[in-house]
Amino acid sequence: MKKLNYFIMTIIGFTALLSSCNNQGKGASSGALASSAAEKVYVAPGEHDEFYAFISGGFSGQLSVYGLPSGRLFKVIPVFSQDAEKAWGYNEETKPMLNTSHGFVPWDDAHHPDISQTNGELDGRYVFINGNNTPRIAKVDLSVFETTEIIEIPNSAGNHSSAFVTENTEYVVAGTRFSVPVPQRDMPINEYKGNFKGALSFLSVNPDDGRMNIEFQLLMPGFDYDLSHPGRGNSHGWFFFTTYNTEEANSLLEVNASQNDKDFIAAVNWKKIEEYVKGGGGTKMPANYAHNVYDDNTHTATSTMKKEVLVVNPVDVPGAIFYLPTPKSPHGCDVDPTGEYIVGAGKLSADLTVHSFTKMLNAIENKKFDGEAYGIPILKFEDVLAGTVSSGGLGPLHTEFDAAGNAYTTFFISSEVVKWKVGSWEVVDRQPCFYSVGHLMVPGGNSRKPFGKYLVAMNKITKDRYLPTGPEVTQSAQLYDITGEKMELLLDFPTIGEPHYAAGIAADIIKERSRKIFNLTDNKHKYATTSDADVKVERNGKEVHVYMTTIRSHFNPDNIEGIKVGDKVYFHVTNLEQDYDVPHGVSIIGANTSELLIMPGQTETFVWEPKQVGVWPFYCTDFCSALHQEMQGYVRVSPENSNIGLSWSLGE
Amino acid sequence: MKKSRILMLLGALLPLLLFVFPLWNITLEAPQYPIPLGMDIYINDFADAHPHDIKNINLMNHYVGMKFIPEAIPEFKIFPIGIIATTIIGLLIAFKANYKWYLYWFILMLGLSAAGLYDFYLWEHDYGHDLDPKAIMKFTNPDGSVMGFQPPLFGSKNILNFKAHSYPQPGAYCLALGMGLGFVAFWVGKKEKRKTTAKS
Repeated sequence: MKKLNYFIMTIIGFTALLSSCNNQGKGASSGALASSAAEKVYVAPGEHDEFYAFISGGFSGQLSVYGLPSGRLFKVIPVFSQDAEKAWGYNEETKPMLNTSHGFVPWDDAHHPDISQTNGELDGRYVFINGNNTPRIAKVDLSVFETTEIIEIPNSAGNHSSAFVTENTEYVVAGTRFSVPVPQRDMPINEYKGNFKGALSFLSVNPDDGRMNIEFQLLMPGFDYDLSHPGRGNSHGWFFFTTYNTEEANSLLEVNASQNDKDFIAAVNWKKIEEYVKGGGGTKMPANYAHNVYDDNTHTATSTMKKEVLVVNPVDVPGAIFYLPTPKSPHGCDVDPTGEYIVGAGKLSADLTVHSFTKMLNAIENKKFDGEAYGIPILKFEDVLAGTVSSGGLGPLHTEFDAAGNAYTTFFISSEVVKWKVGSWEVVDRQPCFYSVGHLMVPGGNSRKPFGKYLVAMNKITKDRYLPTGPEVTQSAQLYDITGEKMELLLDFPTIGEPHYAAGIAADIIKERSRKIFNLTDNKHKYATTSDADVKVERNGKEVHVYMTTIRSHFNPDNIEGIKVGDKVYFHVTNLEQDYDVPHGVSIIGANTSELLIMPGQTETFVWEPKQVGVWPFYCTDFCSALHQEMQGYVRVSPENSNIGLSWSLGE
Repeated sequence: MKKSRILMLLGALLPLLLFVFPLWNITLEAPQYPIPLGMDIYINDFADAHPHDIKNINLMNHYVGMKFIPEAIPEFKIFPIGIIATTIIGLLIAFKANYKWYLYWFILMLGLSAAGLYDFYLWEHDYGHDLDPKAIMKFTNPDGSVMGFQPPLFGSKNILNFKAHSYPQPGAYCLALGMGLGFVAFWVGKKEKRKTTAKS
């Protein structure tokens, strides 16, 4: 009986506990806290967000532009993938942007956006982003929010430890994840060890026009170079790369690349290598890679194949490269705003390893080496270690910083963000993520001067967080307020593709520079028609060029005759509008390509190869005006052997 | 130099600032134009308030059959000549003539300005009423007559989806101030005359 009493009491006690927990839970989600979270992310109609967030689209290949704190999507900037909406990679002007040494590649896996910097602060001129699969670095010009340059990276594969910029945008750095034979050749895969190379590429950025150039490639030992970040402040001039697979396994890496207790962070003194190269060092190696540039005056891209790249053997520059032992296959490699601490996130571990730059310099000076790897000195772990963050989480991936000396690290396995203090390494808060967070971003959190205020967690798994949409559900990010001691979850918002990393910046730095139109008088397109007097149709054998204009609400010409089956018809369409937000679109029935979407003052070209005799309509695809529905025209297509000459007209 | 003469001199010179500042401005507001479309009218030019405004006003107006705002009108030649001529006359008066002429100059300027305004009104009326018979959109007034789109001569007025504002600009103020100074110069001159007569 006594036993039974205890049992009943225990049950009652348990129930009470459960129900009180329940009440608390409900209180938190629908009470005062929730309403204040709503107010914090509410941006009233017509008002602007405080920050831009450039969130990578991962396997979508694109870069998305969001506002924070609202989480509203403004634009998807096409970068590595064809985009029929904007004719990116479909129109004649932008096809060259997706050219590579492997031919036209219509897709990539876009990972890590990084905003250009001046004196270690974000300047908002460009966003750089890496294509992971067919190694490329793209530059997005933030005056037009368009991709204006893409450069292919030779000798690289799985361009993952990229595209991070140094503190004056001297370089954009692109490191290879997969080591490969350099130069590529036919050889047995299992002879990887000791034979493959890992290329770390340094791309200069011209301070005037932003033009990129591969200045040199370091041919490192054949590890996997996972992520990287530049030094800043005192450590400016150095770059840090995490590595895994120092085992140099070529199969079943999940097991075989997880055997070493410690891999490395490679510390690269790029200033030293720059001097070496400027002094004539390095070897010019035959290569073949595409350099694609889009010009906002010709509105046209050109692709140039480059045939040479300068490579540097690390052992030829003694004192420039060192390995910092870092436990458990480190993934994220993040440098705090002062530049003193380098955080390695051992992804198979619970703890974070923080190296000290000052200690590293001391260890180098006093030659405190612990052997070498392929001639590169390995520094003693204890002599470079600043501290360990005993997080209590599992699977640390990435760290960002605020302006108040706090760091924030994501934990994939334990699905949380952990806040800790730089210097004392104590954990001060932790908040769950839904679910399995990968990257995170604090606006400016990868610079000398973080803006702080918000944290965006980018999750790998969404499951039940939104209305279901079949087996494939949305990808998602979460916004936290980080102004207080405790982080507060404010908002879930869907993202395009898989969000790998993001870059955030105060909107004021960018928005005033955002262009409204392209000046017609600056239009240097080869086939531009800047006045109605120049409208014409020309035949050159089977090729027909239509010089067409658009302005509200008509095409000029809108009647064309004399086209024949088998012709290749180029529609070069110039938008004569000079008013903000008045694009015109165009397509014709049966065109084997996308529409054009032409901004005011711009010229774009699509190709139509009519296969059937008839009279075929074309029309404006962007609702431009009250007479948009009337904005249409006809092309008469005659049989191949017809002798009807070209004619064109408007309003007759 | 007498105070009245200095005032007359300033009065005669001030209208020259019409070559620097616009005379008048017409601004069109609509929901789709958070930055309104505007045209500054100088004595010798129509100018965009913001780049491409006139082109965009023409684009809007072609829907209702209004003519394009011309690159140049005869007034752009006549007005500058008028301003220079009256300034020279004003200067001659300031240096040579007696104060009564200040009043005549003021009356001359008043007459010419009124004529200019009337001319502006006529142009506006023509611009707003001489519509293309093939206009895309035709509107009628409640009484059945064809609706005109004349901007106001002075003030603000709703025209379909636009609110049109028409107001003088610094150039016009300089002209008015110059004329005003001419008139004041006349009064001051009259007083000075009285004083000198009293003394003698």
